[in-house]
Amino acid sequence: MSASYQKRRLVNFIAFGLTGGCALLTLGVLFFILGYVTAHGFASLSWSFFTQLPKPVGDPGGGMANAIAGTLKLIFLAAWIGLPIGVLGGVYLAEFGGNAFGFFVRYAADVINGVPSIVMGIFAYAIVVLPMKRFSTLAGGVALGLMLIPIAVRSTEEFLKLVPRSIRESALALGIPRWKAILWIVIPAALRGLLTGVMLDLSRVSGETAPLLFTAFGNRFWSSGWLNPIASLPVMIFTYAVSPYADWHRQAWAAALVLLMLVLISNVGARLLMRKRIRAF
Amino acid sequence: MEAQNIQAWFGDKLVLKNISMKIKPRQVSAIIGPSGCGKSTFIRCLNRMHEVVPGARMEGRVLLDGADIWELDPVLLRRRVGMVFQKAQPFPTMSIFDNVAAGLRLNGLRNRRQLSAVVEQSLKRAALWDEVKDHLDKPGTGLSGGQQQRLCIARALAVSPAVLLMDEPCSALDPIATARIEELILTLKKNYTIVIVTHNMQQAARVSDETAFFLLGELIEFNNTRTIFTTPGDKRTEDYITGRFG
Amino acid sequence: MPFVSIEKPLLRGPALRRKGRGPFGIGDRLFKGLALFFAWMILAIAVMIAWQLWKNSALSRRAFGWSFLTGQIWDPVGERFGALPFIFGTLVSSAIALLVAAPMGIGVAVFLAELAPRRVSDACAFLIELLAAIPSVVYGLLGIFVLVPWMRVHLQPWLIRAFGFIPLFRGPAYGVGMLTAGMVLAIMVIPFITTLSREVFMSVPVSLKEAALALGATHWESVRLAVLPYARSGVIGSLFLALGRALGETMAVTMVIGNRPQIAASLLAPGYTMAAVLANEFTEATSDLYVHALIEIGLVLFCITILVNGLGRLILIKTR
Repeated sequence: MSASYQKRRLVNFIAFGLTGGCALLTLGVLFFILGYVTAHGFASLSWSFFTQLPKPVGDPGGGMANAIAGTLKLIFLAAWIGLPIGVLGGVYLAEFGGNAFGFFVRYAADVINGVPSIVMGIFAYAIVVLPMKRFSTLAGGVALGLMLIPIAVRSTEEFLKLVPRSIRESALALGIPRWKAILWIVIPAALRGLLTGVMLDLSRVSGETAPLLFTAFGNRFWSSGWLNPIASLPVMIFTYAVSPYADWHRQAWAAALVLLMLVLISNVGARLLMRKRIRAF
Repeated sequence: MEAQNIQAWFGDKLVLKNISMKIKPRQVSAIIGPSGCGKSTFIRCLNRMHEVVPGARMEGRVLLDGADIWELDPVLLRRRVGMVFQKAQPFPTMSIFDNVAAGLRLNGLRNRRQLSAVVEQSLKRAALWDEVKDHLDKPGTGLSGGQQQRLCIARALAVSPAVLLMDEPCSALDPIATARIEELILTLKKNYTIVIVTHNMQQAARVSDETAFFLLGELIEFNNTRTIFTTPGDKRTEDYITGRFG
Repeated sequence: MPFVSIEKPLLRGPALRRKGRGPFGIGDRLFKGLALFFAWMILAIAVMIAWQLWKNSALSRRAFGWSFLTGQIWDPVGERFGALPFIFGTLVSSAIALLVAAPMGIGVAVFLAELAPRRVSDACAFLIELLAAIPSVVYGLLGIFVLVPWMRVHLQPWLIRAFGFIPLFRGPAYGVGMLTAGMVLAIMVIPFITTLSREVFMSVPVSLKEAALALGATHWESVRLAVLPYARSGVIGSLFLALGRALGETMAVTMVIGNRPQIAASLLAPGYTMAAVLANEFTEATSDLYVHALIEIGLVLFCITILVNGLGRLILIKTR
């Protein structure tokens, strides 16, 4: 009996050892990724990276100023397109949406969430690029904006529902109409959660490449207005990485570092903000 | 204020059976009874908060100064019939000043001087002014439990209701805070009609002028407080008061 | 200060005489209407996406019908389009990803839920969620310059030497290929499995675990007997969601899979996925039929991911 017990203890040790190994390996991969990108990217970062336009193919040097500006411009446009739909849709679901219609809206948001990002690019191509017969910032903004919707809906609904019923009732008992109670009491009570949800959403979408490949397309110069193709960091990284030029590979690492920093800082920042809120409650 | 033949449902479940009651102005009327007997549901019918719950329904008439409340806009009704809840819920992101001023601001009153005047008066009437007058911009949630409840009372008073409904306002508070609120109620009744729901019989005996006893959704007895507690008319009232159940 | 003087200005305004429940004033109706409008927009967008995909693939659907899904030839010049190599590539690379990611992800989740002290577990979970936040093009970049050379120089030659007698591991060591893509996908998908599974493991009632331990089981055995069966639906749901993610992944895959439309037995051979061909060929498509064929691939991908995600959500709902 003791031998079988020893065996079971051994199995226990091995099994948990393996799971610990998995954890170590996974974290190791994470730190490797962060470290490698930082090391290679940092070496290639320079002031000109942030300030210069890309040079013609084959000429070394140049930078990605237009791509950085492009990413920011696209996120800005996407936010204006996707967030109102997502947040107000979430408000509807939280305040008025216990019915069958609400179920279908939630399901539709899930469907949009499940659409692969490249397919979203096809959709934006079909409704913006084709009629306009050109690639444009608008098309890219539409593609990214639509991707913002599902998470905005879900997080808005969730955080609004967290506001206790007693607060809504206290507001109504004061003799104010329901819409004022929602707008001026309930939403501000949930505001921190809503903002962190929006930040996480924007952060996720800013790293997307596929939807931009045939909507915003790309541009080696500054893009003016909203109806011209525009460069973006993720697309530049892709283009440079698959090219045969070593100089472009270098720049791709630098761009990857910048993109990674952008995404990770907003992601971590949003999540830390969210935690602080829960503790304060 | 007068209730006539009130019946109320949650979905299919009948929780109030034919309640009729006349509430005298400028005095305290208490409603007592074991848990689940419909006391809270009843006062929520008085300011049309009952219908806010999905699936809830109400029949019967409630008259305020002779007017049927069902003919009024509920928003305006609730300005005249205010409510304080069991759990004190100051609005979380707002300061003490903003909390008290919330009802006024959202009804369109913007003038800073007028707001300050009303806030000060409401806090004084809620016996909270002296403790917070130097901290009006601090968050409402930073106060103690008893102070938060007085803040909620001030908030309700700021919109100048005629009637103040209180749903077990002290059940979440310690005895000292409870005593202060009971004192407060006795001063408030000079200016307001108060209806208070309580599961604490001694509290009802201390603060109220008239008391109603509810049991299983029915109004068993409604009379002068002294009469109810010394010579109750109905045997069930007597049983409850002497602690035989509930 | 007399009370009455403040009361009067506040109660100005007509007492609207209207019976009934629900939103009364204009404000309430406008507000609800606005929110409702946007809710409808969400529905409309979902429907429009499906419709546009359907409409803009019409030429290809009419030309090839169901044989589009079984055809192996992808010939833009000769205008013959069969999507089977891409479907094959998508399914195989995702399958490899899941085969690798599932044990890893669940293992990490078990470790975090059962073994690690609470604060360590929370910190690790926070870090692992970072893996999900890394943009896929960055994964692709690392894939091209780190994983592919390593595969070409070390792992693949070893696999060929050690297991080359199995058709799965034959062929030249390109570095790129199905296996490489599967591995990158696995890393990208692990955080989804881990986060969800850890949550489910942590929601197992303590009484269940204690019952197992009271029988004299070792810690691992209590996990096997109590935690895993209880969490089974949740874990499977997370696998479905991870699969949905892997199926739609574009950039990282196209950078390491070799982009050759072929169906090969070997894991070491280059391949192509639906998402990857869309990324690479969409802007090059010259004829209408070509574009429609590509969009039809998008439609197929859309349908598959909806199905997989839908199943995943259904399973997860059952657990709540």
